[in-house]
Amino acid sequence: MSGGPVQVTARVLSNKRIGAYHHLTVVGTGIAERTRPGHFAALAIGGVDSAQLLRRAFSIYRVRPTGVYGGTVEIIFAVHGGGTAWMSRLVPQDEVDVLGPLGRPFALPTEPVSCVLVGGGYGSAPLFALAERLRERGCGVHMVIGAAGKDRLFGALEAKRAARSVVVTTDDGSVGIKGLVTAPLPELIERTRSEVVYACGPMAMLRAVAQVAAERGAHSQCAVEEAMACGVGVCMTCVLPVVGDDGVTRMVRSCVEGPVFRGDRVRWDAVGSIPAGTLGGAPGGLLGTAAEGLDR
Amino acid sequence: MSLPEVDLSTQIAELLLPNPVMTASGCAASGRELSQFFDVADLGAVVTKSIMLDPRAGRPTPRMAETPSGMLNSIGLQGPGIDRFLASDLPWLVQQRARAVVSIAGSTLGDYAELARRVGNSPGVAAVEANISCPNVENRGQVFACEPYQAAKVVSVVRRELPRGVPVLAKLSPDVTSIVDVAESVVDAGADGLVLINTLLGLAIDPDTLRPKLGGVTGGLSGPAIRPVAVRCVWQVHAAFPDVPIVGVGGIRTGYDALEFLLAGASAVQVGTVIFNDPSAPVRILAELREELARRGFAGVGDAVGWAHRPVEQLATR
Repeated sequence: MSGGPVQVTARVLSNKRIGAYHHLTVVGTGIAERTRPGHFAALAIGGVDSAQLLRRAFSIYRVRPTGVYGGTVEIIFAVHGGGTAWMSRLVPQDEVDVLGPLGRPFALPTEPVSCVLVGGGYGSAPLFALAERLRERGCGVHMVIGAAGKDRLFGALEAKRAARSVVVTTDDGSVGIKGLVTAPLPELIERTRSEVVYACGPMAMLRAVAQVAAERGAHSQCAVEEAMACGVGVCMTCVLPVVGDDGVTRMVRSCVEGPVFRGDRVRWDAVGSIPAGTLGGAPGGLLGTAAEGLDR
Repeated sequence: MSLPEVDLSTQIAELLLPNPVMTASGCAASGRELSQFFDVADLGAVVTKSIMLDPRAGRPTPRMAETPSGMLNSIGLQGPGIDRFLASDLPWLVQQRARAVVSIAGSTLGDYAELARRVGNSPGVAAVEANISCPNVENRGQVFACEPYQAAKVVSVVRRELPRGVPVLAKLSPDVTSIVDVAESVVDAGADGLVLINTLLGLAIDPDTLRPKLGGVTGGLSGPAIRPVAVRCVWQVHAAFPDVPIVGVGGIRTGYDALEFLLAGASAVQVGTVIFNDPSAPVRILAELREELARRGFAGVGDAVGWAHRPVEQLATR
């Protein structure tokens, strides 16, 4: 039980705008001490009478286990709907129910090898704590930070402190290299002789990063952002097809078996379906068209 | 002010429970994940996610959509199959000293019979819950629960395969013309108790894609949004068959919500979707229910069961 998640009523310490994002810091004593890079937290929306029942999950950006106010937990989020809009209105002293740390963190190399860390949008948030851990182990850390445009980049400045080298990309070319994060990646992996690529961001980006890493003979560790209801492994909504050690594809929960997966194990092309050959799947696979009255 | 002691014990047929709060099937897996937040033996029972004969991958994602005070789910009964369940999940629950109510789901009557036989022969099973809200592949995919005759056939094969001391609870769908008729036929077929209600079939359309939000198109609606429907079903069935034990389920979020089900005629309750919001909800609700009962002067759960059906004159004597 000691290493598992805890549920705390956390007090908001600050909630600030950063470009298109929000940076929320809460006092999360119990969570902060247990968090490792790649863990996530799940927030309940709107108090005990809320009509929005499902938790919102976010990678943990940073923790400070021993602050003046107790352990603090920081997350970065964007407003997508009513739940995140509510979060954006939180002010210091407000209370929010937080579960964490959840999931499996990034696996760290046992040798001091070079690594490339790739973040898309606010997906770069968990990479800074990871960079620190890697540096402590003597790893060379290089970062690629990308987004649609300048206001959606997160941590480009911080990356300069965290990494030996930083490449910034934007889809619209408003800052850095115009293009996707995968554009500079092959050359960067080669030049730095990186053996591990860490990535967090949208599914399409992770798929592309995992492919580039595989082509260059590097391991990849990808943190997925799947929609979740509970974050603790009971609702079975956040599944994706992953190949096990035995070569068999299973629908696995990204909340407890992820959110960090080996990039070469996720069937990226089949996310959103039950691919043919999945354990317990239909012989020809399932694309999501049949309507049945099935319950849970 | 200290409130008087309340006897929380309750009974569903031969099943004696220390308290009336269970988890709802499909909302607690097999209990292990929730044991990080509370001791599963503190609940009246843990109802497992419905288990099928074979491993099952379930439906494509997205599998859920948030709706006002509720959610739609289209999981498609993803699970490890009976072999792994009996080898790993059930022994774990027994080891925790939890009362295990095993939910079973099949595609044919033969599936239900085999599941009941295997579960019934396993030590430590407190009761079997028959999830009959599954398509019957031998009857054009018609959901068993939606037709009194088919619902009764499932219950009778399950009852036949189970040892005497293991009660069968039939979980009914509210998506029927008369839940009282379905209740009557499954009770006649040997159901020892009824679980009311399963989810309501629903659908939501995505404002961006203009297509159904769920990979499985339709999904089961659950959460506080459906509570009045569930309370109504409990009320109607209890009024028709006051001696049939009922387990009430549907959108319970607080101790009062649980009490509402007892007042309508349930002898126990299940907590489901709200677990996703608050993994500690089952034990919180149990503590709140104790207070709600004490505050109103109920000496025990049994005294509250069906209370709301009493004529007004009798209510005045409280």
